[in-house]
Amino acid sequence: MSERPRPRLPLQALAPVAAVVLALLAGAVLIAAVGQSPLEVYGLLVQQALGTGYGLGQTLFKCTPLLFAGLSVALAFRAGLFNVGAEGQMYLGGFAAGMVGAYVPLPAPLLLPLALLAAALAGALWAAIAGVLKARFGAHEVINTIMLNFIAFALVAWWGHALFMPATVRTRGVAEAAWIARLDVLLPWLRGSPASFSLVLGLVLAVVLGVFLFRTRAGYELRVLGLNPGAAEYAGVRIGRAQVFAFALAGALAGLGGTSFVLGYKHWFEQDFTAGAGFMGIAVALIGRNHPLGVCLSALFFGALAYGGLVVNQRVPADLVNVLRALVILFAISAYALFERAARRARPKPEPASPQPGEASA
Amino acid sequence: MSALAVLLFAAATLRITVPYALAAAGASLGERGGVVCLGLEGIMLHSALAYVLGAWYLHDPWLALLCAVLAGMATAGLHALVTVAFRADQITSGIGINLLAAGLTRFVLVTVFHSSSNSPRVPGLPELPLGPLSNLPGLGPLLGTPLVPLTIALVPAAAWLVFRTPFGLRLRATGELPAASAALGLSVSGLRTSGVLLCGAFAGIAGAWLASEQHCFTDGMTGGRGYIAIAAMIVGKWHPAGAAAACLLFGATEAAQIALQGSGFPSALLQALPYAVTMLALAGFIGRATPPRALGTPYDPEGA
Repeated sequence: MSERPRPRLPLQALAPVAAVVLALLAGAVLIAAVGQSPLEVYGLLVQQALGTGYGLGQTLFKCTPLLFAGLSVALAFRAGLFNVGAEGQMYLGGFAAGMVGAYVPLPAPLLLPLALLAAALAGALWAAIAGVLKARFGAHEVINTIMLNFIAFALVAWWGHALFMPATVRTRGVAEAAWIARLDVLLPWLRGSPASFSLVLGLVLAVVLGVFLFRTRAGYELRVLGLNPGAAEYAGVRIGRAQVFAFALAGALAGLGGTSFVLGYKHWFEQDFTAGAGFMGIAVALIGRNHPLGVCLSALFFGALAYGGLVVNQRVPADLVNVLRALVILFAISAYALFERAARRARPKPEPASPQPGEASA
Repeated sequence: MSALAVLLFAAATLRITVPYALAAAGASLGERGGVVCLGLEGIMLHSALAYVLGAWYLHDPWLALLCAVLAGMATAGLHALVTVAFRADQITSGIGINLLAAGLTRFVLVTVFHSSSNSPRVPGLPELPLGPLSNLPGLGPLLGTPLVPLTIALVPAAAWLVFRTPFGLRLRATGELPAASAALGLSVSGLRTSGVLLCGAFAGIAGAWLASEQHCFTDGMTGGRGYIAIAAMIVGKWHPAGAAAACLLFGATEAAQIALQGSGFPSALLQALPYAVTMLALAGFIGRATPPRALGTPYDPEGA
């Protein structure tokens, strides 16, 4: 592991950018296939999603849950864990925030923090299940987090059924004391767009996560765990505890991501409100190379794509952007694997030596 | 419960189980070779649409079935290209393929049929004449549906292929110790690719079943079935027959859930049961579900 090539930042960014460009080219073929001009469609997308105050606000609104989910997946990845469960964690987080906001009678300075805490806690507890199963029984976290997503949706369908307002799939409205303010209060040029201070919370958490990962002992331990579990164990990291801890933190981030919709936009919990944002966290973390700064940029890109799809729907089916997102994922993982292989080839062959510690059985 | 009710419940269970069993048996072929097959959902979605397009343009349900199988294999081929040839992450590739299919099928649906929800009605596969057996309530017509006997034949065939043929032995070897297989002169990438393509063919038939049963394509019609099939494959310990047995269990749970709807019983809990069972199996509470040793690890002949 010590000899894995660690290219500098510009090189790190090359592969994701190449993946995005390739996906846009493939998308251009699809656009041309339905008889539209790719340049016009892409131009419209960029202009509407980034070129106006309202559009940018919409993009930032779409970007917010993606940012939280991306940070969640990236944190877990850094610890060598694959969190496919951000969707369920976000869903439960939103549900918990909605319940606290609607049913706990507290004044304003207390209710909002409590609702946020509930969201973080719900996500953390749900994700920790996968961590415990991994640490205690060695059960693979990918399948378990997928299963936990489905169970979360089934549980909320069961509880929610009794709580939903008549003839709707939403719960009682959240008290105004728990609302997260719209960003246009501060930035009037975003006028009317649904972006809220949830985005600011996400950006602050991105900074906190960066400091935690790269400037603290616990963060360092998590990263060593992800790079080389054998070395981490040898150095005295309690692997099981660290895995549960990493999953709980990842779950808390995803859970908080649910509050953007529930406390900052609709002000109630709605069935299926996450709409795949948690899953997209995987793509966000992937393109952001699991770095908080990269995750912020890639969340912005995917947010613009999400809103841009609605804008170009007049000319091409909005699902164009879903195809683009999937292609970015497939191209990115291919590019990473091929780049890494090329980098390894370029270096001189090491002397045949005894097996690396911790890799003896690999 | 009367005999009639038992027959009808068995028929409902079998009907739900067919696509699960096909996809799960297929996935066990792919995964025995060492490639994680999380893309079942996407493969089935693509093949369901391919069945409808085939039936719509070629006016022949059998050719439509062929289209579905080819679409399934093409989608699986994409997964093999990314994971076996490029050696990229298998889990992410599967998730990417599921996202791709969700978007691409709706894109095609809107472009070709000008609807974002469903295609026009197309013919299903014709019923086979089974003589007196056809008169059996519930089960009779179902057994006459060509893909039902085909599934019942394909599951043991898959088990035979994996455990009783030289190909199966080699496939399993590449899933356990790819370096050792390569040392014996076997093509690791060739074997892994064939495992994944077989998975695509099986899941392709499953997709054709969904479209043929509903006589149309509806947006997102797989509805998470691909993930249930993966779960069943794990509970069935990566054995095609075990996987199919787990599918039967999950199918019965789902049939019970439908039967109990409106009875006041919390059917959402039954809905969560397969997922909970899978987690228990993975944690070792229900036997020990041990994946192939090299599952998820790309094979690099340069040994790095």
